[in-house]
Amino acid sequence: MKAHLTRRYRFSASHRLHSEEMSADENRATYGKCNNPYGHGHNYTLEVTVSGAVDQSTGMVCNLADLDGFVEREVLSRYDLQNLNTLQEFAQQVPTTENLSVEIYEILHRGFEKAHLERVRIEETMMNSFEYSGAAEPKR
Amino acid sequence: MVYLTRKAEFSASHYYHNPDFTPEENLRVFGKCNNSHGHGHNYMLEVTVKGEVDPRSGFVVDLKQLKEVMHREVLDAMDHRFLNKEVPEFFTRIPTTENLAIAIWQRLETKLEKAQLHRVRVYETPDLFVDFYGEAS
Repeated sequence: MKAHLTRRYRFSASHRLHSEEMSADENRATYGKCNNPYGHGHNYTLEVTVSGAVDQSTGMVCNLADLDGFVEREVLSRYDLQNLNTLQEFAQQVPTTENLSVEIYEILHRGFEKAHLERVRIEETMMNSFEYSGAAEPKR
Repeated sequence: MVYLTRKAEFSASHYYHNPDFTPEENLRVFGKCNNSHGHGHNYMLEVTVKGEVDPRSGFVVDLKQLKEVMHREVLDAMDHRFLNKEVPEFFTRIPTTENLAIAIWQRLETKLEKAQLHRVRVYETPDLFVDFYGEAS
């Protein structure tokens, strides 16, 4: 029997949406308040969905301690209470939650081997959320 | 095709233990969940059915009937119960959220009229849930 397991995590970070490829006016027009030079922050909620056959000796798709440990070590400790713009992965791309979803998906896809990664979903606020399930072709 | 979801809440206790494991192995795999006295959760169940809209009633399914089936097959059996000791599926299977979603699917699948079961989602806590779509593998 195949089941999907979803776990929710929380982290807080700041960012500024600003593109070097745009003029100051264009940045302001595109990103509005999110272009404020000093940045601003969010309480993000991260949802990770994995799937797989339920192991009948444990009743589990994967041990939650393994998933929690991986996410804590590789994702939350990287992003929680950080300024996203200062991180290497956002040196060349704008730290929108779209791009953050792709980055976190890639971290899990590369490193978490205990179950199949189905989807990453991030709530930036209670009013908006973003989902990424991987690309059939290289993303960049 | 329209999808309709009905929620229900139930509270139950459980613990995780595999009699084929040594006590040390049980503790290592299941951690605090291995406490044989059990612990409890407020589970939230979401049952999603799918079907074409009946042109006369405008319904995919009679919600009253769906609610009754959920109460009879799931809540009457599991609400305020110790899953390991009182729900037959868990005399032999470990009552993880995965197995709970599968057991609830199996209880509902043959009891629904007209609409087809699409998904059973069980929240063990607001931060942990399992979806089962009836997939064998």
